[in-house]
Amino acid sequence: MSHYEVIVVGAGPAGIAAATAAARSGSRVLLLDENPAPGGQIWRVGRSMLKGQSEGEAAKNHALKRLRDSGASFLFGYSVYDAPAAGELRAICESGEAADCPVWGEPHAVSLRYEKLILATGARERFLPFPGWTLPGVFGPGGLQALVKGGFDVKGKRIVVAGSGPLLLAVAAHLRGYGAEVVCVAEQAPLAQMLPFAISLWSHPAKILQGIQYRAALGSAPFHLGCWPVAALADIAGGKLTGVQLTDGRRTWTEDCDLVACGYHLVPNTELASLLGCAIEHGLVKVDEEQRTSVAHVYCAGEPTGIGGLDAALVQGEIAGLASAGKPTRSLQGRRVAERKFARRLEAAFRIRPELRSLAQPDTLVCRCEDVTYAALEKRSGWTDAKLQTRCGMGPCQGRICSAALETLFGWKQISVRPPLMPVPVSALVYSESQPVNLKENQ
Amino acid sequence: MKNLDVVIIGAGIVGCACARELSLAGLRVGVVEGKSPGCGATAAGMGHLVVMDDSPAQLALTHYSRSVWSELMAELPGSVEYEACGTIWVAADEEEMAEVHNKSRICAAAGVQASVLGPAELSKAEPHLRGGLAGGLLVPDDGVVYPPAAADFFLQEAVQAGAELLQGSEAVFASQGMVRLANGTKLTAGRILLAAGADCSLLPGLPIRRRKGHLLITDRYPGFVNHQLVELGYLKSAHSTESDSVAFNVQPRRTGQLLIGSSRQFDNDDSRAETKIVGQMLERALAYMPGLGQLSGLRLWTGFRAATPDKLPLIGPAGALTGEVADPSLWLVAGFEGLGITNAPGAARLLADQMLSRTSVIDPQPFLPNRFAAQEAVYA
Ligand SMILES: Cc1cc2nc3c(=O)[nH]c(=O)nc-3n(C[C@H](O)[C@H](O)[C@H](O)COP(=O)(O)OP(=O)(O)OC[C@H]3O[C@@H](n4cnc5c(N)ncnc54)[C@H](O)[C@@H]3O)c2cc1C
Ligand SMILES: Cc1cc2nc3c(=O)[nH]c(=O)nc-3n(C[C@H](O)[C@H](O)[C@H](O)COP(=O)(O)OP(=O)(O)OC[C@H]3O[C@@H](n4cnc5c(N)ncnc54)[C@H](O)[C@@H]3O)c2cc1C
Repeated sequence: MSHYEVIVVGAGPAGIAAATAAARSGSRVLLLDENPAPGGQIWRVGRSMLKGQSEGEAAKNHALKRLRDSGASFLFGYSVYDAPAAGELRAICESGEAADCPVWGEPHAVSLRYEKLILATGARERFLPFPGWTLPGVFGPGGLQALVKGGFDVKGKRIVVAGSGPLLLAVAAHLRGYGAEVVCVAEQAPLAQMLPFAISLWSHPAKILQGIQYRAALGSAPFHLGCWPVAALADIAGGKLTGVQLTDGRRTWTEDCDLVACGYHLVPNTELASLLGCAIEHGLVKVDEEQRTSVAHVYCAGEPTGIGGLDAALVQGEIAGLASAGKPTRSLQGRRVAERKFARRLEAAFRIRPELRSLAQPDTLVCRCEDVTYAALEKRSGWTDAKLQTRCGMGPCQGRICSAALETLFGWKQISVRPPLMPVPVSALVYSESQPVNLKENQ
Repeated sequence: MKNLDVVIIGAGIVGCACARELSLAGLRVGVVEGKSPGCGATAAGMGHLVVMDDSPAQLALTHYSRSVWSELMAELPGSVEYEACGTIWVAADEEEMAEVHNKSRICAAAGVQASVLGPAELSKAEPHLRGGLAGGLLVPDDGVVYPPAAADFFLQEAVQAGAELLQGSEAVFASQGMVRLANGTKLTAGRILLAAGADCSLLPGLPIRRRKGHLLITDRYPGFVNHQLVELGYLKSAHSTESDSVAFNVQPRRTGQLLIGSSRQFDNDDSRAETKIVGQMLERALAYMPGLGQLSGLRLWTGFRAATPDKLPLIGPAGALTGEVADPSLWLVAGFEGLGITNAPGAARLLADQMLSRTSVIDPQPFLPNRFAAQEAVYA
C-alpha cells in the first residue's frame, strides 16, 4: 500500500493549490483526480476560444507549472470510492486506461495511506425537474461545456442557456466561441436579488471584468433576468428537441432551439467528507480558518465548504496545503475572509425562486436512475420513506442528481452516504488485506 | 385518543403484519413508529422467503408462514415484487451432498417440495456458478419479496381496516396498558405489543442480541442469477457460530439487480460497513460465482438482526420477562433473527390466534416468550 504524508483528493484549482503548497513545504504529497489530467471543472483541458480568457489561461498555466515543479506525485484517472479505515482511501480506475494501471483495460483498484488528507472535491450542477428535462438535447450548462471541450460539435446549433448562477454566462460565452448560436440566456434570479451582488462586486474588480468580458462575448444574445424554463418541447415522435418554453412569471413564450443547457447553480460534493464523518452544516463541510474539518487530520478546500468560485478555491487550497504541513497561513487570511463574504453574497444572489418548485408535473421524472415520478414522491413523508417505497436515489448515481432536487422540492435532506461512493466492480470491494476468518465453522 | 384494544410499538414488517391481522379480526389497533415504517431491519433485509430446518419448530413456522405468503400472493401489489424464484442450496463437495440428501428427506417428511440436483443440473440451472460443484437442492416454492413495500402493504391494509398509525415519535414508556410517546402523547390499550425489532430499550431484559449483517446490491443484470442461491455450509456456519462468519448468498431481484450477502457478527453496534468482513463476504461469493466480480456494485449497507439464544422468535404474552411485577398487558413479537421477512405473516397469525383464543394451525408453544422466564436472570 502506498503511503503519503498528504493526499489531496480533487485536482481542481483548490486541490492544485493545496498540493503545490504542501509539496513546496516539504511534504510527500499525492494529488489524485478521477479525470485524466489536473484542472477540475474550470481548468478542464480543452481549447479556450475566448480572447478575453487569455489571462485566465495564463493563471492556469502558471498554476500547473508550479504544481509540476512542486515535487508532488500524481494519480490521475482514479476515483476515490471508499475510506475503509482511518488514514486509508481506496481508489479505482475503472477503465483500466490510466497511466498507472498495470494491465491496460482492466479495472485497477489501489489502497492509499495518508497522514493528512485534503478534500478538494468541487461541486456539481443542480438540476430541477421540469417537463421535458430528461429529453435528449437537454444538458447541464457545465456538462455541455465539458462535452464541447471533449470534442462535441455545437457549430451552428441554436442553444438556450437557462437556470441560475454565474456559470450561465461563462458557458454561453464559451459555446458561442465554439460557433454555437446562443438564442438567449435566462437567469431565474430577479434583478432585485442580483443587484446587491452586482454592487458588492466593486470590491472584486477582477470578477467584474470577467463578467463584462463574458457579457461582451455573448454578442447580441439577450440576457433575461427573472426568467426560467417551464418545459422543454419535443417533436411529435417525442425524440427530438424542438424548443423550450420560457416564462418571466407574467408571459410565457417559446424559443426554438436544438439544445438546452439548464442548471441551477452548484451543489457541493460533500459525499467523501460525509463518509469520513466530517461535520456538515447547511449542506457544507464545516471548516475552521485553516480549512480543518471536524475530523482530525482531514482538511477541506474549495466548493465543498461553500460555492465561492475560482479565487476562493485557490486561497483555501493554499491555506489547507500550508496548514497540513504545519506552516503559517496568516498572510492568506485576509483573502480567505473576503472570498467567504463573496461566497455568501453569491448564494443570496442566486437563491432559487419558489416558482421553480412547482414546475414538475405528476408524470415528470425526478429520479432518472429508477424512473421515479413527481407523483410517486409527493405522497411520501421524507427521504427514508421515499427511498424505501419508491427507490428514489437508490440507482447507480445514488442520489447525486436527485437529492438536490428533492431538497429544493420537498425540503428533504439526504441522510446516509454509504460506500462505494460510485458504482465499482464487486471485485474492487474485496480488499486484498482481508484474511479469511472462520468461513465455515463446520470444517 | 380513543381507547384501543392493542397498541403495536414498531412498524417493521412484523408489527405491520400483526396490525393487519388484528385489524382484520376486528380489533381497534394503533401502530406507533418512531421513525418511518419499514426503516429498521426490514429495510436492510434480503427478503428471501425460505423454509429453514434448523429445528423442527423453525421448520414448522417457516413452512407455515411461507404458505401464508402464497395465500396473499394474488393480493400483493407489484411494488412488493413477489417472485417465486425458488432456492437452490449449493453443495460444494460430497460431504455437503450428503447434507443435500438429508435435507431432501426432511423436506419430504414435512411436505415441502424439493428436488436434488446433480452437478450438470446445477450448472444448467445457474450457469454462472463455478464448475466443479457437487450439486444442490432446489426448493421451488421459496420466493423473494421487497420487504419495505411488503410492510407498507400490510400497514395500508391495516389502516383500511381501521388501524391508526402514529408516526414520528417513539414510545419511551410502555407498561400496564399505557404507552407514552416522546412527544408526550399517551395511549391506553388493553394490550401493548412490542414489535420493535432489535431495539430492546423498552424492555431491556429481553433475551435478544443484535447480530449485524452486511449486504451489497449491484446494478441490473437480468438473468445473471435465476434462483436465490445459498451455500449449504450456511445452515451450519451462519446459524450456529458465536464468532464472525460469512456465507455465499445471492438473490436475484425483479429489477435484475443482485443482492449479495451475507455476514453475521455479534456484539458489533457500529452501523457502518466494515471493510474486513465485507471483503471476506465478497471473496466467498466470488469463490462460488467468479463472474460477480465484474458486475457493478452500487451500495453496501448493514442491518441488525434480533437474535435469541434458541434462534426462535418470541411470540405471545411477555409474562415473567416483564420483570418482578408481572405486566399482563405486555405482549411480544420479536427476535426473528434472519427470518423476520419469511415469518412475519405466519407469526402475525399465531399472535392473533393467542389474543383471540383461536386454535393455531401449528403449535405455538416453542415460540412462547415464557420459555426464557427461568433463565431471565442470565440476560437481565
Ligand atoms: C460542471 C461545472 C462547470 C464549471 N465551469 C466553470 C466555468 O466555465 N467558469 C467558471 O468560472 N467556473 C466554472 N465552474 C465553477 C468552478 O468549478 C469553481 O468555481 C471552482 O473552480 C472550483 O474549484 P474546486 O477546486 O473547488 O473544484 P473543481 O474544479 O470542481 O475540482 C474538483 C475535482 O475533484 C474531483 N473529484 C471529486 N470527487 C472525487 C473523487 N471521489 N475521486 C477523485 N476525484 C474526485 C473532480 O473530478 C474535480 O476534478 C464550473 C463548475 C462545474 C460543476
Ligand atoms: C442483512 C440482513 C439480511 C436479512 N435477510 C433476510 C431474509 O432474506 N429473509 C428473512 O426472512 N429475513 C431476513 N432478515 C431478517 C429480517 O430483516 C428481520 O427479521 C425483520 O425485518 C424484522 O422485522 P421487525 O419488524 O421485527 O423489525 P424492524 O424492521 O427492525 O422494525 C422495528 C421497528 O420498530 C421501530 N421502533 C423500535 N423501537 C421503537 C419505539 N420505542 N417506539 C416506536 N418505534 C420503535 C423501529 O423504528 C422499526 O421501524 C435479514 C436481516 C438482515 C439484517
